[in-house]
Amino acid sequence: MARLRSAPELERLREDIVERNSRFKATITVCGGTGCRAYGSEALKQAFEHELRKRGLDDEIRLVFSGCHGFCERGPLVVIRPEGILYCRVKEEDATSIVSKTLVKGKVIDFLLYEDPVTGEKITYEKDIPFYKAQRRIIFGQNGLIDPTAIEDYIAEGGYGSLCKVLTQMEPEEVIHEIKSSGLRGRGGAGFPTGVKWNSCRRAKGDIKYVVCNCDEGDPGAYMDRSLMEGNPHLVLEGMLIGAYAIGAQEGYIYVRHEYPRAWENASIAINQARDLGLLGEDILGSSFSFDIEIARGGGAFVCGESTALMASLEGRAGEPRDKQHLHTTESGLWGRPTNLNNVETWANVPIIINKGAAWYSEIGTPLSKGTKIFSLVGKVKNTGLVEVPMGVSLREIIYDIGGGAPDGKDFKAVQTGGPSGGCIPMELLDLPVDYDELTRAGSMMGSGGMIVMDESTCMVDVARYFLKFLMEESCGKCLPCREGVKRIYEVLTDIVEGRADGGSIELLEELAWVVKEASLCGLGKSAPNPVLSTLKYFRSEYEAHVEEKKCPAGVCTALITYFIDPEICTGCGACAKNCPHEAIEGQKREPHRIDPDICTRCGSCMEVCKFEAIGVE
Amino acid sequence: MSVVVAQASLPVTIDGAQVSVDKGTTIMEAAKLCGINIPGVCYLEGLSPYGACRICSVEVSTDGGETFRVVASCTYEIHRESVIVRTDTPRIRRIRKMLAELLVASAPNVKIAQDIAARMGVNRVRFEMEDNRCILCGLCVRICEEQMGGKALGFAGRGTDRVVSPPFATKSETCLACGGCDSVCPGKIIPCQGIKVPGELCGKCLRPEDMPFCCPMGTLGCFCERNPL
Repeated sequence: MARLRSAPELERLREDIVERNSRFKATITVCGGTGCRAYGSEALKQAFEHELRKRGLDDEIRLVFSGCHGFCERGPLVVIRPEGILYCRVKEEDATSIVSKTLVKGKVIDFLLYEDPVTGEKITYEKDIPFYKAQRRIIFGQNGLIDPTAIEDYIAEGGYGSLCKVLTQMEPEEVIHEIKSSGLRGRGGAGFPTGVKWNSCRRAKGDIKYVVCNCDEGDPGAYMDRSLMEGNPHLVLEGMLIGAYAIGAQEGYIYVRHEYPRAWENASIAINQARDLGLLGEDILGSSFSFDIEIARGGGAFVCGESTALMASLEGRAGEPRDKQHLHTTESGLWGRPTNLNNVETWANVPIIINKGAAWYSEIGTPLSKGTKIFSLVGKVKNTGLVEVPMGVSLREIIYDIGGGAPDGKDFKAVQTGGPSGGCIPMELLDLPVDYDELTRAGSMMGSGGMIVMDESTCMVDVARYFLKFLMEESCGKCLPCREGVKRIYEVLTDIVEGRADGGSIELLEELAWVVKEASLCGLGKSAPNPVLSTLKYFRSEYEAHVEEKKCPAGVCTALITYFIDPEICTGCGACAKNCPHEAIEGQKREPHRIDPDICTRCGSCMEVCKFEAIGVE
Repeated sequence: MSVVVAQASLPVTIDGAQVSVDKGTTIMEAAKLCGINIPGVCYLEGLSPYGACRICSVEVSTDGGETFRVVASCTYEIHRESVIVRTDTPRIRRIRKMLAELLVASAPNVKIAQDIAARMGVNRVRFEMEDNRCILCGLCVRICEEQMGGKALGFAGRGTDRVVSPPFATKSETCLACGGCDSVCPGKIIPCQGIKVPGELCGKCLRPEDMPFCCPMGTLGCFCERNPL
């Protein structure tokens, strides 16, 4: 494709692509998100290709290998458009029948449809599925429509239209004003108003300025930035272009963590395509605005999500934060130059705000948190996946209406939001509207949008210990409170779950957590005690049971529990004794068995094999 | 008390004392002008501030004294008027005491850790004692890079695995063998031999009448030059 020299040329190109695509009668979209790929969607795509070619349908039916759709629980997903039929858990061998039945004869294949776990009803169309119905996918929606490696697909959907609008109709100040009045706040976690940040970077002194995209998402269980970068990289690029124009930056960087090879690959492809079309480089679309983007790959350190550590890493130094209390990176960031850092999702919001207007955007959400937020809903919930909801919906709606509640008939216990440094929110607060300030008030935080659901079989002390272990390993080790303090918190928690804690442990934990929060250098340390503080706040009795009674109420901490066989229920089948790896179970055939607690290692394999539920934990 | 410094421009209040300082002066330096000593482990005049030990934490208010937040005084530069600093409040003492306990638990045989712990009134350590000789203050790394132009030392490893090391843990080609690193290392000062029972810090050095003869300095040397009482 030739280099575009003006906005009308881009519009003509878009019309050409739409014209070219109009010859297709139908589109098969195969989800190529990381989750679906793991289920084998790549082979499925090839099966479709093969089938279409065999039947000579490749001129009539378009095949799109798209980015992540979000409904990862049911992958691999296939959507047939224009009807919008969704097939779940499609296997390679189903490709033939989908083409022959659905596409040729127009029949719906029943067994591939989504079945509502509550009503047992089969749902044909994507839009009717409760998981999608309760969402509002303004950012994430395009993911399911376009091939992330084809700029044509993005342009056909109106892509780079916002850039045209900005370059031809708006002054940089107007762009900043628009972003400010949209009320957009940083999606990386802290929730700083994006327009304000842009403005201070624009006003900062310096002839060279940078914009940086933070794609160093490291929270366990969170993958929304990954899915956006993998599934719709041009949206992020367009956001960065608009930001660079508004701020006056000439160069941009995308910092992708090492563990996201596909995000890196797709972003590289996108950058090259945009360069070829003249959407990156000198004199973009015939304007005097020049801007280019480079990609940097991180080494996989969690702390590099912190702005100053990220910039140190970009500069080629060790990824450690620097004390920035008096000087923001918008004034002195990368190589001491004014730098505007935003997260992937924040950048992705920008083209949509410019396109639809700040007034439209600011109607979504709560008074202080505008727009939508993508959450990755994982853990003990029926429908795991990525969900995009307007700010202000309740946790209950996300977990029950979209997520379908806890599986296996267990009760919901808590939800951990904000990644490892977030907090656990209990059942009582399920009606809490999800926005930056409400979550902070509840002792947790928005974070980048991880949401880990826990059911009654989860021990909250053990959960806190898990997160502290993660943070201890990911702390850079520069400052004393984070390096030593987090380590000691972890040690105290280990003592508690292993039954060695004494009376003062909870107070010591509180004191340590307070000091680490107050005195640490960067955001990692300042938020590291949150899992402990929030579980102490809402589940203190569990801590007390561990320390004082040496009991784990959830039956998780192996040092504090004993397995026993109920002699009333046990039939003496001997399955448990056969399965016990330590020969801790003895008993005569057809007579109740007994577990020797001294030999038992609390592995729980007896419980798994017992058909009569005769084995209990106390 | 009021101290006026030549070409001063920004007035600062530190523990009630007024001082005017140049833009960009750190709180640590400004406090010295008022004769207020803020303890610190990773700070050394002449080297760039590092902000790692956080012992020098102080409270700062930029809204006229309504809200105070905790910052490290060695790295916080004064860039605006009417900054109010408090260096000795219950909140700060609580922070410093816990940090001192953490420091001395990890390096009980390093003099400066002992000093800070004694000074903050830590007389019992509630954690399992380790015996690190390096407290990761980074003075050696900074003197090598900033004063000697050597860059022969750096940090390796993350979190609890962090160590000072030459690049790739081999003999550095840029090392001048100048001994600068050695000269600033707090770990080479002879430690107090008084700690006989792990977890117990006597603190006798704080009370001249109680001071035992076990002190290798034979003086009130528990507070080395950098941290006068």
